[in-house]
Amino acid sequence: MAAVQFINVSRIFGETKAVDNVSIDIQDGEFFSMLGPSGSGKTTCLRLIAGFETLTSGSIRIHGQEASQLAPYERDVNTVFQDYALFPHMTVLENVAYGLMVKGVGKKERTHKAMEALERVALGFTAARKPAFLSGGQRQRVALARALVNQPSVLLLDEPLGALDLKLREQMQGELKKLQRELGITFIFVTHDQSEALSMSDRVAVFNNGRIEQVDTPRELYLNPRTAFVAQFVGTANVLTSELSLKLTGLPGSRSIRPEHIRLTPQPAAGTDSVQVSAILKDIHFQGAATRYELALEGGEKLFVSEANNLPVSAKNTFHQGQPVVACWDKDAMVALVEG
Amino acid sequence: MHSKRAPWLLKLSAWGGLVFLHFPLLIIAIYAFNTEDAAFSFPPKGFTLHWFAVAAGRHDILDAVWLSVQIACYATVIAMVLGTLAAAALYRRDFYGKNSITLLFMLPIALPGIITGLALLNAFHAAQIEPGMLTIVIGHATFCMVIVYNNVIARFRRITHSLIEASMDLGADGWQTFRYIILPNLSTALLAGGMLAFALSFDEIIVTTFTAGHERTLPIWLLNQLGRPREVPVTNVVALSLMVLTMFPILGAWYLTRNGSDVAGDGK
Amino acid sequence: MDISMTPYEKRSRRGRALVTFLHRRPGFYLALLLVPPLLWFGAVYLGSLFALLWQGFYTFDDFTMTVSNTLTLANLKALFDPVNADIILRTVTMALLVSFFSAVLAFPIAYYMARYITGKKKAFFYIAIMMPMWASYIVKAYAWTLLLSKGGVLQWFLEHLGLEPLLTAVLSLPGIGGNTLSTSGMGRFWVFVYIWLPFMILPIQAALERLPPSLIQASEDLGAKPWQTLRYVIFPLAVPGIAAGSIFTFSLTLGDYIIPQLVGPPGYYIGNMVYSQQGSIGNMPMAAAFTLVPIVLIALYLSMVKRLGAFDAL
Repeated sequence: MAAVQFINVSRIFGETKAVDNVSIDIQDGEFFSMLGPSGSGKTTCLRLIAGFETLTSGSIRIHGQEASQLAPYERDVNTVFQDYALFPHMTVLENVAYGLMVKGVGKKERTHKAMEALERVALGFTAARKPAFLSGGQRQRVALARALVNQPSVLLLDEPLGALDLKLREQMQGELKKLQRELGITFIFVTHDQSEALSMSDRVAVFNNGRIEQVDTPRELYLNPRTAFVAQFVGTANVLTSELSLKLTGLPGSRSIRPEHIRLTPQPAAGTDSVQVSAILKDIHFQGAATRYELALEGGEKLFVSEANNLPVSAKNTFHQGQPVVACWDKDAMVALVEG
Repeated sequence: MHSKRAPWLLKLSAWGGLVFLHFPLLIIAIYAFNTEDAAFSFPPKGFTLHWFAVAAGRHDILDAVWLSVQIACYATVIAMVLGTLAAAALYRRDFYGKNSITLLFMLPIALPGIITGLALLNAFHAAQIEPGMLTIVIGHATFCMVIVYNNVIARFRRITHSLIEASMDLGADGWQTFRYIILPNLSTALLAGGMLAFALSFDEIIVTTFTAGHERTLPIWLLNQLGRPREVPVTNVVALSLMVLTMFPILGAWYLTRNGSDVAGDGK
Repeated sequence: MDISMTPYEKRSRRGRALVTFLHRRPGFYLALLLVPPLLWFGAVYLGSLFALLWQGFYTFDDFTMTVSNTLTLANLKALFDPVNADIILRTVTMALLVSFFSAVLAFPIAYYMARYITGKKKAFFYIAIMMPMWASYIVKAYAWTLLLSKGGVLQWFLEHLGLEPLLTAVLSLPGIGGNTLSTSGMGRFWVFVYIWLPFMILPIQAALERLPPSLIQASEDLGAKPWQTLRYVIFPLAVPGIAAGSIFTFSLTLGDYIIPQLVGPPGYYIGNMVYSQQGSIGNMPMAAAFTLVPIVLIALYLSMVKRLGAFDAL
């Protein structure tokens, strides 16, 4: 059963189409991410589910029930806000218990449940503090506890990890995924960080200019991107235009090839079925686990190649800047893209 | 800053300015304790509390004080209610005519009191309302409303909208959100605005002289005293007391809002 | 969620329905919020303001001392009579002078406050300026009458410092002089400056406070001497604050009628004219016509300073 359904939803502000005819089915118990650059409509969609925006056309169903007429406080949905939105004048415990309080749950019971929720995110010791005295990571977990204590069937997360530093972010990503599995409820996660979306989600919807370009599992998104935008937004990709593809590979239609699927050799190898392209090596970037090469083709186009640094370093210093090289890849490694 | 220490001339000017601002008030304080009857003379002849006792016994002074207090209370309550409503309406939404309304709320403070006073007097005559306490309250409430509005709307703007959304997301409807989230966050600004409004109403003279009939608020009493040189000592005492009394709400308002970017009282 | 309704929920069902009704109709809710204050403002304030201005077109019969509602432009025309024009000119000159000198006096104080002190010292300065600002107008005016009187404080100081000849010299100057300190134009000027000074200090201080220190550092880095930084960077950015403060000094001086009576040489200000016309004479139309002058002037002034950015600095 679909937890949340978007049916031809549009949200138009004056001239701008923030959300343009979007339809998705988000399944119960799924970790679903909405990925895209700023202004792509992903946050607007999230707010439409929560009830903070009204749609211009279409319909949104939450557990089969038409939701557009319901106020935010009437929906069985809770949100973790980007700025956490913790009430500064209440203690952590009062914050977490808030949702229960406004529903009329008695003091003893809601204190107990709130403490439980806080313990679950390992913050029981902060119960009496005010939010101003917590670190960013702690506030984030309080916001999470506050949302979850109400046992919503759908949890919305609006770029909750954006303000955290890298290490903390990676840690929280793991914790969130684990939490979702334990609770079994639907998580809808909005982010602009593609590696974050890929690592946590069951499925990802890639947004661009108010539209969804592709909805798929992380693996499929990466290996079989549908459009040039998806190919370049999820990971890096070399997108060959139709003409270029024809010239280099003999195959029409635009295609994408991942940098790690290209090999560099000093000279062309004879008698293979792979694509071989001459180029000049323009730049070399050492990136730790891999080395990235920037190539310039005959016509001036750029090609990126990535090779893992898994051989002894001394053996790898065979290329230098300005050197003519040959890039080769299997025809099957290319993915045909849909135009537009 | 090219150096952490201020040039001495600047420091002198700044402190000199402060002295300039406070010197006349200090003079009143000195005179209030002066034994000398003809208190225009300087230096003061002696120290006494005698005139305070005299002032406390004067019925006209006590009546004036009581009237001022009553009016200030009424005006402040009306101002707090209407000012908050207006601030709630205007702090966020954009709608047709919003700029005009914002300008409208600036007028009672931007236009000199004489215009407000005369306009109200004229209107009361036309409506055949006798000038009296009611008319004074109406006049005061009008500009006190603006004070409360300024303070409350500044605070409203600081309540990040996501707090309100979070409250509704967690199941609180509009009324509950107002009660549990908005009101506690507004309270100090509202109180500060109210205190400033009270002080303003208590001190006001220009509009009051137009809208008062035979009523004498404390400032009007003071104004009348200026033509009575023989009562100067008592006048001094009342002036000092008025000054000290209104200090409290001002300090209170400042204290309540000192931690924000919009400190109460930093401009009418 | 599958919980049965708590007694709390049953009770508040109707209340919640009402609130949700308002939530779904933001326009209606807005109207509900705005109507009471707007009604007050519209009816009481604006209404009486327009009624007053309309009165300016009524006729006043000098013989019978009554007002009739035949419309006439006579009152407006009378504003240009030499006597009246004189009054207007006198008031506007003082208003401009007071604004200018308040700005000059206020700037160092505001500058010092904004850039050189922090924490408790700044709070002290802040309160020290706020207190006189909110102290009763009449108390302050009264204090100055004490100060300026013969035998008063200033006189005493001048005597003891041997500066009496200086005082006599100044008092004999035309325009700003007078018979005594308290009946001199200069005396009146100083009272005005004193009373409005805090209104000028605080906006300037706020504007200077908002100045990012990095701008000053950049200016110094590029080789500007302190006075150049002041002139090219700091002062231009303080102008909105100065303009904002000047709104108060200008408009308040323009409409004042008490201080001209208490201090200074005889000679009406616009405020006095309005007061006397509507008071004993009962010539409300003329009084109303006179109020038109500050309204128009202030409107003009506001539109001028708006372009200087004053509205953002308020």
